[in-house]
Amino acid sequence: MTSDTTATAAAAAPAAVRRHRVVIRFAGDSGDGMQLTGDRFTAQAAQFGNDLSTLPDFPAEIRAPAGTLPGVSSFQVHFADHDIVTPGDRPDVLVAMNPAALRANVGDLPRGGTVIVNTDEFTSRNLAKAGYAADPLEDGSLSAHQVHKVAMTTLTRGALAGTGLGKKDAERAKNMFALGLLSWMYHRPAEGTERFLRAKFARSPQVAEANVLAFRAGHAYGETTEAFAVTYEVAPAHPAPGEYRQITGNTALAHGIVAAGWTTGLPVFLGTYPITPASDILHELAGHKAMGVITFQAEDEIAGVGAALGASFSGALGVTTTSGPGICLMSESIGLGVSLELPLLVVDVQRGGPSTGLPTKTEQADLLQAMFGRNGESPVPVIAPRSPGDCFHAVLEAAAVAVRYRTPVMVLSDGALANGSEPWLIPDANSLEPVDPDLATGPNAPDGSGEFWPYLRDERTLARPWAVPGTPGLEHRIGGLEKQDGKGGISYDPDNHDRMVRLRRAKIDGIPVPELEVDDPPLADTDSTVGSGSGPGADRADLLVLGWGSTYGPITAAARRVRGLGHRVATAHLRYLNPLPAGLGDVLARYRTVLLPEMNLGQLALLLRAHHLVDVISYTKVSGLPFRAEELQDVFLDHLDRGPRADGMSFRRSR
Amino acid sequence: MSVDPVMPALGGLGLVPTRDGRQSVRDYTADQEVRWCPGCGDYAVLAAVRQFLPTLGLRRENIVFVSGIGCSSRFPYYLNTYGMHSIHGRAPAIATGIAVTRPDLSVWVVTGDGDALSIGGNHLIHALRRNVNLKILLFNNRIYGLTKGQYSPTSEVGKITKSTPAGSLDLPFNPVSLALGAEAGFVGRALDSDRAQLTEVLGAAAAHRGSALVEIYQDCPVFNDGSFDVLRRPEEREERLIPVRHGEPIRFGTPADDGLGRWAVVRDGFTLKVVAAAATDPERVVVHDATDHTLAFALSRLSDQELNHTVTGVLRGFRRETYDDAVRAQLDRAGRTTGPEARQALLTGHDSWTVRPNTD
Repeated sequence: MTSDTTATAAAAAPAAVRRHRVVIRFAGDSGDGMQLTGDRFTAQAAQFGNDLSTLPDFPAEIRAPAGTLPGVSSFQVHFADHDIVTPGDRPDVLVAMNPAALRANVGDLPRGGTVIVNTDEFTSRNLAKAGYAADPLEDGSLSAHQVHKVAMTTLTRGALAGTGLGKKDAERAKNMFALGLLSWMYHRPAEGTERFLRAKFARSPQVAEANVLAFRAGHAYGETTEAFAVTYEVAPAHPAPGEYRQITGNTALAHGIVAAGWTTGLPVFLGTYPITPASDILHELAGHKAMGVITFQAEDEIAGVGAALGASFSGALGVTTTSGPGICLMSESIGLGVSLELPLLVVDVQRGGPSTGLPTKTEQADLLQAMFGRNGESPVPVIAPRSPGDCFHAVLEAAAVAVRYRTPVMVLSDGALANGSEPWLIPDANSLEPVDPDLATGPNAPDGSGEFWPYLRDERTLARPWAVPGTPGLEHRIGGLEKQDGKGGISYDPDNHDRMVRLRRAKIDGIPVPELEVDDPPLADTDSTVGSGSGPGADRADLLVLGWGSTYGPITAAARRVRGLGHRVATAHLRYLNPLPAGLGDVLARYRTVLLPEMNLGQLALLLRAHHLVDVISYTKVSGLPFRAEELQDVFLDHLDRGPRADGMSFRRSR
Repeated sequence: MSVDPVMPALGGLGLVPTRDGRQSVRDYTADQEVRWCPGCGDYAVLAAVRQFLPTLGLRRENIVFVSGIGCSSRFPYYLNTYGMHSIHGRAPAIATGIAVTRPDLSVWVVTGDGDALSIGGNHLIHALRRNVNLKILLFNNRIYGLTKGQYSPTSEVGKITKSTPAGSLDLPFNPVSLALGAEAGFVGRALDSDRAQLTEVLGAAAAHRGSALVEIYQDCPVFNDGSFDVLRRPEEREERLIPVRHGEPIRFGTPADDGLGRWAVVRDGFTLKVVAAAATDPERVVVHDATDHTLAFALSRLSDQELNHTVTGVLRGFRRETYDDAVRAQLDRAGRTTGPEARQALLTGHDSWTVRPNTD
């Protein structure tokens, strides 16, 4: 849904209409290049200065049968002249390259939405493949939408007639035709895309030129056909001044891992095994050898995390990146890391589960696995980034915790963050907060014996000394067997084990975590208050919506909408899932209703209920797709409407 | 397969700092009380290693022993070096992370037949294939000791154990054949009780740059007592053990008239066979060439589960570029541009834009 529009005085026809935000979804066959098309449109928007957020959605199969519903790949981009936090709920514009793409996506379009279809693909055979009994372009079923029928394949072929490219190769550039057309419609700058195409296909200048020609043809088609009555302008947004780039979660994670080497001064070693949707982190890091990053593609996840732990033992920052099924395989090694008390960064880019599940879709259902998925009492800190760009900062924090507390740390990203992108205020690489690894350099025995005690803890942090091979006089043996408190030798003593289990737990519990920030703005105009909310003059909302991880975007967007409707609602977002912020219980107790949307069946809700005896209300969805702001808006309103209980008592909490 | 051109003469310990002065067994003896069963073959290997390490002249703090799980995996606790007793089967993977990040360390893996060949088989073959500069000591007692007596992947077919009361059904691995199949550059074998040969093979393994697998036969007196007795009894030993040395003709058994063993190994089509030396043209006797992969494999096939013949010594010692050296060479070639400008350039990427303060 587009917000209010105002016509601007356009010098030339067609008239340019100003929009505050637009959502476009490019959809086609897996082989149609929709991800590239979306990515380029996004880059144009970024270059232009719009705020933006993207949501790629593609099948797990590399090339599902052409023309079928399972083979549909799409890329949604939301761009605006103001700060936005989600990829948008419903596309204002759907570009459908074939009948299957239309059928799979048209249901998401609001009434009056624009559909641009490639009519060349609407053959009876393709219609049948997509399950259409009749041609939707002819049977009136799209009458609620503005439909533009464009013979993109034919037009592309025509534009490339002089290039000498074969028919098939020429037709392949039709995605760039679509991009050209949309670029014209939205007054996007074209130079960047042409430059990009020439660089991308540098090895094959003929193909590069074909793509540029197709792109220009699409642009010219818009300009000349008069089929499009209006074009649209979305002015640049005005975020905080500074230098920005577009970044995906996986790229931000990779950069954060490199930067963790800078802040800690330790060599970075990534041991990993390819898995969707985490592999791009490996791909990115494999290209940073000049930064001294070692990437090791192991024989499996067990070896990946094992090698990372070995690297940490020898004084590097050991890192492993994977998705849920990989975490399953790593559990025993992470448990060893807990017992050895060595730094280890474990990145889980969550995807739909259980088992192989939905490899290319998003979910938040590994939280309890991250918290408890090991034998014995084996606590690890868990940190979740909230947006693609935040992945950088989250992984840096995780590295700092891992190094300072000598512990494996879990970073829970997810598929939506991994492949989604947003403009990112580029940090100053040389003023990131340094972390002192504080390596042991000499004997530490309190009895003056001159021995080295590998488990003699720092009184404040409870972290043990990290003595790296090559350090004379500190030779020691550690392992997965229980260790004697202090001296570190093997110990089967019952009291010692009880003490060590509690010490390991206390160490993690004692990690300082920033207090939870609650966003609970008073109503802008108390006269317009409708219905529920705490009412004018109340010092807080009735409803607190809590989130973690990638639900930040949709929760924030939905809260803005609800506030825009004149209701009061508070939001807060958890970054540390373990340990939880110390004041969390008090915050939860202050609100009449605590609502927790999660892309699982209520895993954090379970933890909060257990920790704080709070009747957290779960709202859950596990469709493989992020929440929509619209959907959450309705959920928030629903919980506002319930109002306080008749007896005036809190129904959430007792202690 | 080429030898690393950058460091052609570098041995296995070439980048490990050395120390002047004599070192002794005591220097390498940790204070932890040794807790293997009386009569366990592990004692003999520990004694041999404690005696061997001082001869390397390395700085003790630059030696790391990593083990998995099993009786033999307690080994690191008893050596006063850096050590890690890790989890079942994963020691080669953990040691890979150590070796790749630290060329200045001498990295040893201690493992058993269950740890290396059952649960850790995958890591073992990949470490060997990559040729990481690790020395892997595979203690083979053909039984599971720590879990109290189940058959192992090197147990003979038909083995009666707690878990196979009617006899085991599956064919054992020949660890030397397996390692050679996994492209191991160095494969050796020795008997725990033969201190001289064990030390010689350990020395050759240490000097080899790359993955080295040393299979050490030893007994579990509690659950598989006497399993190698046929290789220990004086009257049988010489007829069964085939010690090999690079460049020497392969002769074994009680001495013949020429002073060499009365048995000889000769080629037989694509394989090898044992014949009486006296009845053989000396030209036909195979001269051991440790760089010959095919010969090493053929030698390994002379062994069977009955131990009628068992080749010991260095079966293969062929040098090719190690994984860890190659990783470091790639980093060096990439130029190590880690200065402030390079860092900022990395974060900035190729497509950035500047938002100026809004002056509207």
